[in-house]
Amino acid sequence: MLAVVGTVPDRPPEVLEGHVSLNREKLFLAGQEIAVGRGTTALLAAAAKTASLLGDSPPYACLAGDIGTGDGSIKLYAHLAQKIGSWGARVIAFHYILPDVDWHNRVLFALDALEPRPLLIADAGYMYVAKMSGQAQSYDLFTPDVGELAFLADEQAPHPFYTRGFLLKEENRVPELIARAYKNEDASRWLLVKGVSDYVVAREGVLSVIKEPVVEAMEAIGGTGDTVTGMAAALIASGIEVARACEWAARANRLAGKLADPTPATQIGRIIEEIPKALEEVVRTRP
Amino acid sequence: MKSLLKKFRRDTQKSPKPSAEGRQGKGILVFRSTGEVIRAERVLRAKGKQVRVMGPPPQIQTGCDMVIEFALMEQLEVKRILGDVGLEPLEMVPVESPLLSPVGLYHVKELGAYLMVRAANMKLTVEKGTGLIVNVSGGGCPDVPYLAQELVGQNLREAPQPLELGHTLCGYALQMAFEEAMRRCSQ
Repeated sequence: MLAVVGTVPDRPPEVLEGHVSLNREKLFLAGQEIAVGRGTTALLAAAAKTASLLGDSPPYACLAGDIGTGDGSIKLYAHLAQKIGSWGARVIAFHYILPDVDWHNRVLFALDALEPRPLLIADAGYMYVAKMSGQAQSYDLFTPDVGELAFLADEQAPHPFYTRGFLLKEENRVPELIARAYKNEDASRWLLVKGVSDYVVAREGVLSVIKEPVVEAMEAIGGTGDTVTGMAAALIASGIEVARACEWAARANRLAGKLADPTPATQIGRIIEEIPKALEEVVRTRP
Repeated sequence: MKSLLKKFRRDTQKSPKPSAEGRQGKGILVFRSTGEVIRAERVLRAKGKQVRVMGPPPQIQTGCDMVIEFALMEQLEVKRILGDVGLEPLEMVPVESPLLSPVGLYHVKELGAYLMVRAANMKLTVEKGTGLIVNVSGGGCPDVPYLAQELVGQNLREAPQPLELGHTLCGYALQMAFEEAMRRCSQ
């Protein structure tokens, strides 16, 4: 089972959990409708589409409302520290949350006690706090974009906002940033770096680079990174090997973009609609 | 046990190292939340104070943090200005070591009729001819989906500033992108 943890903007700062359902591009959790926009809801929608295609159960979600004040995030951390072991999840994807090192470490202690230990994926705020806490190597997969990779590569930066300029200028030197992040022990076991080219990486080096199809408008569309992470998480939970799942997710996301024929003004829901067709095509042609 | 110990060792082994820039005669204001920092910066700048948002020293970092750097000689006046609007810093302390600087680089990309501006990890895309905000991407703090929800579909000139709605460093980065987009669209 895949579990997804994150925050959403249009809910009170209370924790809501259960299996999600996706009906006509709307998410439902514990009987309540949650609008799909960029962020954790886009990740969940992509994961739900992927799970449905694979014949798996829909993702289990643990969400709290938060508009940045941190109220919902703190309740979410506290809930996780208590309950995360009871889910029986094979894979857990951690997403939007206000970074808090102390709470992060409490949740990690709870996870360390689990046998078997779930495979841990982190993106967005949870990836920031995982790196800041010095515990990046406790995670199996991070899914940064190139700017966030520069943050992982900067051993001094506690948040991407403080990434030093000489690293941010290195957009065309992704392999060097990857090497630097691993050298500093600030990278997870695998990385899926999202950008003009997508990189699937293990500690040993770059495993694959995905460059096609090119859909330039997607960089501007909020949520396109979330959908890649959602697809990868659902594929991994279905038993697909991590590196292959990342490669399929990256290819399918690009293809979904191409099928949607977007402009920079297109919203993420339009890309999500195309995920089943795109993923099916990728799995069929790249077994 | 090894991983248990590692959790505690990290702080001393990998604390952010300060840059070499000196900060003689400077102090920092520490607040409860990033939202308070954003508000305090706005109030102090409106009163003509030369303040800067900076990264906190390692010993007080908890996450999405920033502090305000100010001239120590203005301590009393700063305190009064903040007190007038009900803002009380947790601490006002001299800077003993150099601080982390916020990212200062912008990446601007033309996408046909649209302009995408990136500041740090946040991207704002606007329609060049109209100033319409069409997308917000990047970021990882919880106010990002909220800011996207509130800003997309609004015109740059009429939309609320991200600093008015945001609470985190991602919100602050989006404000930088917003201002740069505004500057470029009004050229």
